[in-house]
Amino acid sequence: MIAAEGKRVHNGDGEQWILRLYVAGQTPKCLTAFANLKKICEEHLAGQYRIEIIDLLVHPELAKGDQILALPTLVRKLPEPVKKIIGDLSNTEKVLVGLDIRPFK
Amino acid sequence: MGVTGRAKRGKTEGPILKKCSTGIKGLDEITGGGLPQGRPTLVCGGTGCGKTLLAMEFLLRGALNYGEPGVFMSFEEKPDELVQNYASLGFDLEGLVAQHRLVLEYVYIERSEIEETGEYDLEALFIRLGHAIDSIGAKRVVLDTVEALFSGFSNESILRAELRRLFRFLKSKGVTAIITGEQGERTLTRYGLEEYVADCVIFLNHTVSDQIATRHLRIIKYRGSSHGTNEYPFLIDQQGFSVMPITSLGLDHPAFTERISTGIPRLDTMLGGEGYFRGSSILVSGTAGTGKSSMAAHFVDGACSRGERCLYFAFEESQNQIIRNMRSIGIDLEQWVKKGLLRFHNTRPSLYGLEMHLVALHKEVERFDPAVVVVDPISNLVTAAAPKEVKAMLSRLIDYLKLKRITAFCTDLTSAGGGILEQTEVGVSSLMDAWLLLQNIEGSGERNRGLYILKARGIAHSNQIREFFLTDRGIALRDVYVGPGGVLTGTARIAQEARDAAASTLHRQEIERKQRELERKKKTVDAQIIALKTEYELEREELQQAVAQERLRDDVVMKESMEMARARQADAVPTTAGGKQGRGGRKR
Repeated sequence: MIAAEGKRVHNGDGEQWILRLYVAGQTPKCLTAFANLKKICEEHLAGQYRIEIIDLLVHPELAKGDQILALPTLVRKLPEPVKKIIGDLSNTEKVLVGLDIRPFK
Repeated sequence: MGVTGRAKRGKTEGPILKKCSTGIKGLDEITGGGLPQGRPTLVCGGTGCGKTLLAMEFLLRGALNYGEPGVFMSFEEKPDELVQNYASLGFDLEGLVAQHRLVLEYVYIERSEIEETGEYDLEALFIRLGHAIDSIGAKRVVLDTVEALFSGFSNESILRAELRRLFRFLKSKGVTAIITGEQGERTLTRYGLEEYVADCVIFLNHTVSDQIATRHLRIIKYRGSSHGTNEYPFLIDQQGFSVMPITSLGLDHPAFTERISTGIPRLDTMLGGEGYFRGSSILVSGTAGTGKSSMAAHFVDGACSRGERCLYFAFEESQNQIIRNMRSIGIDLEQWVKKGLLRFHNTRPSLYGLEMHLVALHKEVERFDPAVVVVDPISNLVTAAAPKEVKAMLSRLIDYLKLKRITAFCTDLTSAGGGILEQTEVGVSSLMDAWLLLQNIEGSGERNRGLYILKARGIAHSNQIREFFLTDRGIALRDVYVGPGGVLTGTARIAQEARDAAASTLHRQEIERKQRELERKKKTVDAQIIALKTEYELEREELQQAVAQERLRDDVVMKESMEMARARQADAVPTTAGGKQGRGGRKR
């Protein structure tokens, strides 16, 4: 399974994964989510991802575009289709499934 | 005691609950001014009952009439769908959005696209809502319907906590909010939103009976305010939402002492000589063909002749048909139509629901501003709804008309053969101030029309049953003969009249005969008196003669005795005294 992902990574040009994390200020949940995301990406997508952090307290108007309701929300902008994962990303297994990094067993 | 009293007074005099006018016809009346300002209100009901429309109209009226911008957060319909839907009601949503008087915030939730992992909250929803409110300085907010969140997120405990926070958030923002909720099976809303929104709950429902749909609105709860508790019918038409309060008008309408003619002089006489009270409600009931419409036409004709405006709601006949028919009894209604004094409004009762009729009536009355309104017949409205609702509707109509100083003239068709004439089809008689009963009086092979004033509040009215004719010069009232066999009308009455005439001739003759006899008797008596007198005269003469003879003889006797005494020369006899004495003694 990881091999399959690895193949995709090799075909890419280094930034195949664009992940956008919506937060509202530095709340514990948001900080946890960011730390978890970072860890997962480093483990599974090293070198092929970019994380964008959007703080809705600074840019509230941006919530509309991605239809964000819950925080924190992780949006997989690329590769398509767009996927959303809400929560502090503490369940790594679910995050991997949600981001399609690892399919259901 | 004193403390609570002061507290109570403080409540009413101090900062009482401010209300936010919805601008929706009727709703402000039953809520006593509108929704609680700065608080959320829950509007719940089944599918298609008009929740979204109520909410949207609240926002639009706020933006258009009260200068209060609004945010519509939709969880179901997309902005372009909303724009389309409300364009048909004459609202330009896009224009309002462009003018920053309205924000349409669409929230899209798709469960399948969301994966949940770990802790989260709905802060982004708050941020979006807060941003939308702040961007235009909104005073009104609608969330339609926030329950969609329950389908989007699986963690209900988080959701419930967040909802509670949401309502606190709305309150802290100071916005007047409407939250809509779908009706649950046993609960007001499927997800128990009523737990969170505790200030004001409005329930809408939509019932269909006899294929005619009626919408109802009820205020289940309104904290800190009195409100109407009934189910109020409401309707949605081209002008949007309108609620028809039944009792909000109350019974405090002014009473007028001015009287207006019935249009039939003899009927005026029966009603204390002056006719009906202005602004009262008059009911004319009767079976088919008893002349109800003719009575109405007379009344209209009379009113128009005085220069008053009349509005005629016809539920059975067309305008031309009424004009033609009334011409046959010598009433020309067309002239009034041409002069603009009379207006017909013809509709089939089954065309639309009852509340729609009521609104149509209201609108026509508002537009035409009449002095007299005729509803012919009210019984036909029964086909549009249940009798109870018709009664409610009519009581509202009558209240409304009374308030506007309009005299209401209603006709009511009672079903023949039931035998209960003194009962209206829709049971509205108690609402009416005057009630005329028209009746077919059957007898001797014919049917004749009878009229009776069953009641006339505040009028000393005649208790007599009158027969009336529809002549080519209108309605003509006749006296009714009440004979031993019942009421006599028609030819029976004419026969009775002839019999009466004959009887009176006979009676007159009898008197004359008696008088003649008296004369005769007098003459007889007179003759007898004369005869007796003659007899008396005769007797008297005889007696006088006898008396004279006796006297003569007395003298002769006296003379003889004196002669004898003188001749005998016995003693000196006193000539006169002795003679007198002797005569007296003999007489005695």
